[in-house]
Amino acid sequence: MAEPLLSVEDLKVHFFTRDGVVRAVDGVDFAVNRGETLGIVGESGSGKTVSSLALLRLVPPPARTVGGRVVFEGTDLLTLPTKALGTIRGRRIAMVFQNPATSLNPIYSIGSQLGEILLWHEPITRAEAEARVISLLTLVGITDPAARLRQYPHELSGGMKQRVGIARALLCNPSLVLADEPTTALDVTIQAQILDLLADLRRRLGMAMVLVTHDMGVVARMADRITVMYAGRVCETADAATIFRAPQHPYTRALLDSMPRIDHRYTGGARQVLPTIPGRPPNLLDPPAGCRFHPRCPDAIADCRRILPLETEIAPGHTVSCIRRGSQGIAA
Amino acid sequence: MTEALLEVRNLSKHYPVLKRGILLQRKAAEIRAVDDVSFSIQPGETLGLVGESGCGKTTTARAILNLVTPSAGSVRFAGQDIVPVFRGSDRRAQLAIRRSLQYVFQDPYLSLNPRWTIGETLREPLRVHLADQQSAWQARIDTLLEMVGLEPHHAWRYPHEFSGGQRQRVGVARALAVEPRLLILDEPVSSLDISVRAQILNLLVELQDRLGLTYLYISHDLSSVRFISTHVAVMYLGKLVEIAPVDTLFATPGHHYTRALLSAIPVPDPGAASTRIALQGEVPSAMNRPPGCPFHPRCAAALPVCSREEPPLTAFGPGHRLACHNPA
Repeated sequence: MAEPLLSVEDLKVHFFTRDGVVRAVDGVDFAVNRGETLGIVGESGSGKTVSSLALLRLVPPPARTVGGRVVFEGTDLLTLPTKALGTIRGRRIAMVFQNPATSLNPIYSIGSQLGEILLWHEPITRAEAEARVISLLTLVGITDPAARLRQYPHELSGGMKQRVGIARALLCNPSLVLADEPTTALDVTIQAQILDLLADLRRRLGMAMVLVTHDMGVVARMADRITVMYAGRVCETADAATIFRAPQHPYTRALLDSMPRIDHRYTGGARQVLPTIPGRPPNLLDPPAGCRFHPRCPDAIADCRRILPLETEIAPGHTVSCIRRGSQGIAA
Repeated sequence: MTEALLEVRNLSKHYPVLKRGILLQRKAAEIRAVDDVSFSIQPGETLGLVGESGCGKTTTARAILNLVTPSAGSVRFAGQDIVPVFRGSDRRAQLAIRRSLQYVFQDPYLSLNPRWTIGETLREPLRVHLADQQSAWQARIDTLLEMVGLEPHHAWRYPHEFSGGQRQRVGVARALAVEPRLLILDEPVSSLDISVRAQILNLLVELQDRLGLTYLYISHDLSSVRFISTHVAVMYLGKLVEIAPVDTLFATPGHHYTRALLSAIPVPDPGAASTRIALQGEVPSAMNRPPGCPFHPRCAAALPVCSREEPPLTAFGPGHRLACHNPA
């Protein structure tokens, strides 16, 4: 198999707070192949956003990346000198942020904040930069792009701002785009437009994407492969069809079962009850020993309290970290 | 047919847009946040009110409770028109209505007083509505906490000691404190994580069965609406465009906006047949609302008449009404 475009190995990001060390990301592995979309799903506090920020060394204090490797196109981004990282950030790996209202600078026009990125990264003239910005704004479906160059973010609607955010990410032809909840702040019909746009751009430009979201519907539509995270660790990684049709990790199963479905009839006969996951996610200042999901897990056995499960391949391309599913583990 | 518990007739809330002149302000335009909305809820039912941001669903709920004063229309609760009661000055009558109609807010982080213990928060509605039964308050608070799945000792804690799901349980308990008949639930699970969301939805269903409550459930999340509602009403730019029993609405939506809205929801099933109806453009601003049917500029089935005449809400099937000149 070809070398993946990005591979993350044993990534650890800890928050050094007054109350102690919060192990927000504690030994996470995943890989993204060229042209592929990897969906990272999990609830709040699962470490999905922190993992994606850590790839470009953007975790803010008091968080610090304390271990692991992030290998992108053959180089480890975690040990790269800052200056060299600057040629990758925004150029080879670009980001699309959750809230388009706050991720654009309100005091610069669209043209100047997008043009600046090009002028910083590429040896081109102002006119060339402007032409490229216009062509990208056209690409993301913004009407009358020449006029938009002189507009400010507050003059655009939420959907339009997110299109600008996407155009900004694509300016330098990145080979990987990190999109953190790119449609969460948008209404559903606008969300559908933006997802269509991202899928279409990915097809046309052949870029890879890491899509971080809590919305199982969004990953079902967009992702080739899915990584499910819980409490700072990866539960399960597989292609999208396997995650939805034959999930192996108890957390993945419980998560899918607990969602009300728009394509399901709930009326008729007795009122139905949604299956729920008892309890709530652990406090990562003091995570449970062994498997972090064991206190809420219907399948837990005594060993789950003692053995930390490791991601183990149980079928080609399908890794699970659950000792009940045959994963390796290390005793605490 | 039994009498509706809540009957909203031609409810409107308009906001003037004022332009400041040299000496005087003048009314330059009008935003019709809620425009001529009518629906009713039978006892024990749940009406899901859906639509995108700015469509007027929360304003509708607030106008029902007179948290904003309705510009026009009537709201009949258990047979009594409550709009004049709130216009009047009979505080006792107003309180009686407020006691029966309670509100659960969206954000359990913002809607609980951070400096009050949970017990104080739950005591407040009792103090207002049941001042003469002080001896029964403590037992009532214990019962309420038990009812929403918390423990009596939680009454001594402060909101910051609780997770989002637990806070929302407190929000529900506070609303239930004075034994209301109808709860308005404004996006009660939107700010919660998926696994906690299911717990709260189950709690709401259980409480409804146990206490015989009637719900008005406001949400933009159509999956939870499908789960909890018996009927669904869809709003667009301040207008009610379609209302139907839940399975009818999801199986055979008649309004083109409803169809587009339903098809826009990503289904958690890769390879689900993609029958998406793409909507062009965005919701226009309520300031310059299109004439005729407010949806016509984005509608694929628009006829010439749609830009001239506003379609009335008319019967389309059993319990199914919609406002469209050219229904699907």
